[in-house]
Amino acid sequence: MTAALPRAVSPGDARSAISISGAWKAFDGRPALKGASLEVAYGEVHALLGENGAGKSTLMNLVCGLYAADAGRIEIDGRPFAETGPLAAARHGVGMVHQHFKLIPRFTVAENILVARAGASAPARRADAARRIAEVAQSLGFAIDPHARVGDLSVAERQRVEILRLLLLDARILILDEPTAVLTDAEADAVLGLLRRLAAEGRAVVLITHRMREVQRYADRVTVMRGGETVLAGAPCAECDQGRLADLMVGQAVHAATPRVRSADGSGQRVRLDAVEISVHRPDGTPAVDQVSLTLRAGEIVGIAGVGGNGQDALVEALYGLAPISGGTLSLDGARIEHAPIGARRARGLRIIPADRNDFALIPAFRAYENLALTEVPRGGFGFWLGLRRGRMIAEAEAAMAERAVVGGTPRTPTRLLSGGNAQKLLLARELKTAAGDASVLIAHSPTRGLDVAACQAVHQALFDLAATGGACLLVSEDLDEVMALSDRIGVMSRGRLAGPFPRAEIDRARIGALMLGHG
Amino acid sequence: MEFVVNWLAATPGHATPLLLAALGLIINERAGVLNLGSEGMMLCGAFAGAAAALATGSPWPGLAAAMAGGAALAAIFAVAVVVFRTEQVVTGLIMVALGAGLTGLLGRDLTNQTLPGLRRLDLGPLSEIPVIGPILFRQDPAAYLAVALAIGLSVWLVRSRAGLRLCAVGEDPAAADALGLNVQRQRMLAVIAGGALCGLGGGYLALVSSQVWVEGMTQGRGWIAVGLVIFARWRPLLALAGALLFGAIEAMIPRVQAVGAAVPVYLMTMLPYLATLAVLVLAALRRRRDDEPAALGQPYLRQDRH
Repeated sequence: MTAALPRAVSPGDARSAISISGAWKAFDGRPALKGASLEVAYGEVHALLGENGAGKSTLMNLVCGLYAADAGRIEIDGRPFAETGPLAAARHGVGMVHQHFKLIPRFTVAENILVARAGASAPARRADAARRIAEVAQSLGFAIDPHARVGDLSVAERQRVEILRLLLLDARILILDEPTAVLTDAEADAVLGLLRRLAAEGRAVVLITHRMREVQRYADRVTVMRGGETVLAGAPCAECDQGRLADLMVGQAVHAATPRVRSADGSGQRVRLDAVEISVHRPDGTPAVDQVSLTLRAGEIVGIAGVGGNGQDALVEALYGLAPISGGTLSLDGARIEHAPIGARRARGLRIIPADRNDFALIPAFRAYENLALTEVPRGGFGFWLGLRRGRMIAEAEAAMAERAVVGGTPRTPTRLLSGGNAQKLLLARELKTAAGDASVLIAHSPTRGLDVAACQAVHQALFDLAATGGACLLVSEDLDEVMALSDRIGVMSRGRLAGPFPRAEIDRARIGALMLGHG
Repeated sequence: MEFVVNWLAATPGHATPLLLAALGLIINERAGVLNLGSEGMMLCGAFAGAAAALATGSPWPGLAAAMAGGAALAAIFAVAVVVFRTEQVVTGLIMVALGAGLTGLLGRDLTNQTLPGLRRLDLGPLSEIPVIGPILFRQDPAAYLAVALAIGLSVWLVRSRAGLRLCAVGEDPAAADALGLNVQRQRMLAVIAGGALCGLGGGYLALVSSQVWVEGMTQGRGWIAVGLVIFARWRPLLALAGALLFGAIEAMIPRVQAVGAAVPVYLMTMLPYLATLAVLVLAALRRRRDDEPAALGQPYLRQDRH
């Protein structure tokens, strides 16, 4: 229904909301914006497309006053915007939903709106705020409890609270930074439909994204950024085709993901990882993983789909040894490992790409070569006691980084300075390296979340290569497209239980969708 | 029985300075600034209070000066940690040394002069009620003020928009900033206000408890207040309960000695500190750290890239 709402009139006769030209901004001497420009009109959804690090968020942070531009002209409503500070931006009617939500989890929905400094029309009392929240939510077609603690809300609900807050604070220009990155398809459609509706009411909406589908279905015009510059300025979406946009984004022809070449049937291959009815219990005694059985054979990628929070985290932790398995058996290459410590599991070739690499896999303050050597040092791989051989670590890191095409740093670069994609490649280089003989068994949890197209491809290629050399991979991901594209067999987790895995050919999106919701 | 009544009647006098300092620290820490300098700020308050009371011959200007003294040291602390974003723990420790050193130096001439102290309120027939009278109705005005302050602060933090904003700054400064709050200014004000309350606590020690200035007279009460805040889970009303508990322990010490019980003096004077340690261990064991302001101890600068 929302998609049927009228699109904005042609951009020519709409009033200008945002006009930026020649914007420069550098951080620590490294330019993030190099003369970028953007024109957004009232009444349209304007997609801002680009890879990670293209400068999309930085550009928008100029408009909402979080950063001051080093050079360039910024106009809001056709008047120069020279002040800085979020308060000034809010006075001009600019509101932004950041990628990391700016909500305070311990506060209720109403309190989160009350704390904002805003114009006179914004609610100033608790009862007032609660009433207005309920009203606006209803008019937008959803319900939200104004007295619920934000920390208890789902990600999709928090997103709505953010949008609601902008509206209650009288924002006329709404900027959303990758609003659908953490949502399921259905939730994303709901939010994007809402944005279309807000644009149809005359507001200006800037949609920062790197999902092509959203641009084509929900945006009126698109601006593409690459390397801090605007490479396509405000082209009507109807005239753009996906391939061209993708080329503009990455600056080179992108080929569709390499189709998997694989043997017709993997069932004859030997079993690498075998989990039989394993369970994991939360501290309160309820099961987080409920009698899950699955088998990984050599040469196989098994995908686990599901909405986040349905036991995937606990399953990954249990398989790797971070969480105790309270029931069932787990074997790796025939050896029982359900009670083995992590070190013993790693020694047998079990590896992990965790969902949050900076918390569990890489130490951001360490240099790249130190992170690469991290798992080998305790085993004496680089000498003992005072005889650690840093020279060899660096040399090996150099080779590994060249092989995995880790750019943007040398082995001596602190890991925190690497972009997300390059850090992930660095992690892959470490986790996929095996001592001798056997390829590893890899548990990959959301391995491409937040990565740009090129980095995604590198990660996918690495998983293919692993499978092709006799390794095996358990791919846990909330990105259904990824699971569908990569997996030989697909299982779906819902409330701690696993349906499947089913062979890829025997399952489709609709069936997976039903299983995600726990039916079928 | 008389022993118990006397003991309980003396408890508020011991609890008040702890409560005032703890309330000050709660304001500090709810805004996200970890202030370990409370001992130094209490000393500054005690000294300034003593000096002003001697100069004017009256305790009330003394208490006002005590607040100013604590606030002055807190202002130095605020500039360091909020504007220059120095390490809050180390800076706090330096404030303790600075407060102790300054007041020791400046206070030499004040030593051992009797100060004009604050009198207890005479509430007439109320204070004549047996048992309850001496405990509840024969205290000094500052003690009642401290209780009112605890209740007021509790309501303000939870119910008022300004209190909500203070907490927002301590929970997530980046979010607060994006909402148009001035994080640095809020934190500055919170630190200075908190320091003023710590100073008032110190002034109470000088003008009410001992009515004399002695170098280093706070004897670690600033540290007890730091522990008290954790015990109270950053809530003013729990701080009131905690202050009474610690006050009761402190009040017990001279009484046990007076009745001639054969307990080593040093062990007795260690009690408040042992109790603080016990409280901290208990708080850690309960794992209720989720009450702690999420951004406690973290400096904030907008242009930091996160």
